[in-house]
Amino acid sequence: MKITRAEVEHVGRLARLALSEDELNALTGEMDAILNYVEQLNELNTDGIVPTAHAVPVENAFRPDEVKPGFTPEQALSNAPDAAQSAFRVPRVIE
Amino acid sequence: MTIYDLTLAELRTKLDNRELSAVEVAEAYRARIAATDQDVNAYITVCDESAMAEAKLADQALAAGEIAPLTGLPIAAKDIFNTAGLKTTCASRILENYIAPYDATVIARIKEQKAVITGKLNMDEFAMGSSNENSAFGATRNPWNLNHVPGGSSGGSAACVASRQAAAALGTDTGGSIRQPASHCGVVGLKPTYGRVSRYGVIAYASSLDQVGPITRDVRDSALLLQAIAGHDPADSTSIDTPVPDYQATLTQELTGLKVGLPAEYFIDGLDEDVRRAVEQAVATYKELGAEIVEVSLPHTSYAVACYYLIATAEASSNLARYDGVRYGVRTDQAENLIDMYMQSRAAGFGAEVKRRIMLGTYALSSGYYDAYYLKAQKVRTMIRQDFLDAFAKVDVLLTPVAPTPAFTIGEKTNDPLQMYLSDIYTIPVNLAGTCAMSLPCGFSAAGLPIGLQLIGKPFEEATILRTAHAFEQATEWHKRKPEF
Repeated sequence: MKITRAEVEHVGRLARLALSEDELNALTGEMDAILNYVEQLNELNTDGIVPTAHAVPVENAFRPDEVKPGFTPEQALSNAPDAAQSAFRVPRVIE
Repeated sequence: MTIYDLTLAELRTKLDNRELSAVEVAEAYRARIAATDQDVNAYITVCDESAMAEAKLADQALAAGEIAPLTGLPIAAKDIFNTAGLKTTCASRILENYIAPYDATVIARIKEQKAVITGKLNMDEFAMGSSNENSAFGATRNPWNLNHVPGGSSGGSAACVASRQAAAALGTDTGGSIRQPASHCGVVGLKPTYGRVSRYGVIAYASSLDQVGPITRDVRDSALLLQAIAGHDPADSTSIDTPVPDYQATLTQELTGLKVGLPAEYFIDGLDEDVRRAVEQAVATYKELGAEIVEVSLPHTSYAVACYYLIATAEASSNLARYDGVRYGVRTDQAENLIDMYMQSRAAGFGAEVKRRIMLGTYALSSGYYDAYYLKAQKVRTMIRQDFLDAFAKVDVLLTPVAPTPAFTIGEKTNDPLQMYLSDIYTIPVNLAGTCAMSLPCGFSAAGLPIGLQLIGKPFEEATILRTAHAFEQATEWHKRKPEF
C-alpha cells in the first residue's frame, strides 16, 4: 500500500475537507491506485535536471506602484455568506 | 439560410451588409437554445435579457459605422470566466450563488467589441474532468449522439458550438480541456501558448497550465476569435508582452515546404482503429498539399499523465484553498468553530472529483512527500518540454490524434478515475510544454462520431498551426458536417 486510511484522514485535515467514512474508504483505494501509477516517474533518472515551475521563461514583472480604483466595500461584500459593518463575519475564533 | 448555421465570418459579412441585424441574430439563437438545450444541457445560464440588450447596442454601433470584428456576434463563455453581474458557478455547488463583481479580461475584450454574450456554459466542476459528467448541474450530452459524452472539461462549450447554440465559445484548456471536447464534438478548438491570452478573471485550476482559447465551427473563426483575446494584460503578469500577429493575414498561405512531424509515441497500441485511419488519411492529405512528413520522437510521452496529475493537483489544492465559505460561496450553518466551518463548507460544496484532486495535490505537497512527488514531477516536466524543443528543431508542426478514442458513452469511465485520466494522454504533454495546439475535424468513426486531428505548434506560433489547419479544412469537407438535431 502506498497510502493508508490513517494517512488519508490526516491529508483530509490538511486540506480542510470533512470526509465521511465512505469517502475515506473510497479515497484510500483510489489514491493508492493513482500513487502506484505515478510511481513510474521513478524509472527516470532526473539527477541534475532543473525543475520546471513555469513553461515560458519570464522575469519578475514589475510595474509602478500606482493607486487605481478597486472594489467598493459593497462590491467586495456582495457575495459574502455573512457580513456586518463592512467586514466578513465568521464564527468566533478567540474565546 | 438558417441564421444559426452561419459562421462568425459569414455573420460578420451579413451584419456589415445590413442583410441581418444583431437583434435578429440574437433572437434566432434564443429560439435555437430554447428548442435544443433541454437535450444537450450545454448552458448553465442563458442570458436572454442581457443578450438582447447587447444586441441592440451592437445594432446602434453598426448603424453608426463603429464596427469591430466581433460586433453583434453571438458568443458563449464557459462558466469559468468571471462575467460582471452574471452567475459564475464553475459548475460547482460551492459557487452556485456567486455573482461575479467584475469581468475576466477576455470577457472585457469581447464586450469592448460589442459581441453578444449568449450565456455561460456547462463544464466539469472547476475544469476537472474529461467528460462533463462532473458538473453539479447535470452532464452535458454529445450532440452527435446523446448517449455519449461531449468530452471535457469545456464540454458545454464544444457541444454548444456543435449544436448551433452559439456561433462560437470561449473555453479553457489545462490538460486538453478545449481540444478533447472539440474533437469529440466535431468543432475546432485552439489552446494558445501559455501566456498568449490573459488568465485574469479566469477561475484558477492549475495556474502553470491553464490557458484560454476559442472553440469555433471552422479555422477562420478560430483565428478571428483568437485575434480578439490574445495579447499582454497588465493584470496577468504571466501573460507575455510580445506583439500579436495578424492571424487572418497568413491563413491562406500555401504549405509547400512545411515540415510536419509525426511523433512515433502517439501512434501506439490503444489507439482506436477508426482514429488511426482518420489521422493517417490526414497525413496523406498533407503530403498532397506539399508538406514534408518527418518521423520524430517525443521519448517521455508515456510519463506525461503521471507528471500532470501531480503538478495539476498540487496547484489545484493550493488554488482551491480560497473556497472557505468566508468571502463568497456556500457556507454551512452547522459549524461550531472556524476550522469546522471551513471543513464542513468545503465538504458540502465540492464534488467527488474535485475532492479527489485536492486530496492528491495536498498529499503531493505535504511534508515528507514534496521531493518524491511534486519536485520529481517538475523535473520530468523539464524532460517532456525538452522533447518538444528537440522535435521543433527538426519540424514546424507536429501532427497527432487528439484523443485515443472517439467520445465514450455516459457513465463508461466514471468509476475508474485513472482510465478517465488516460483519455487525455495526447493533449496533456502540450500543456506541460506550454506550447500551442489545436483540434480540427478529420473524420468520423463507424458509429458516426467525430474524430479530431491535433496540430501542435512551436511556442507563440499560433499563426503556423492556423494556416496548417486552414489548408486541411479547404481540402476536406469534415467541418461542413453537422449533427442532425
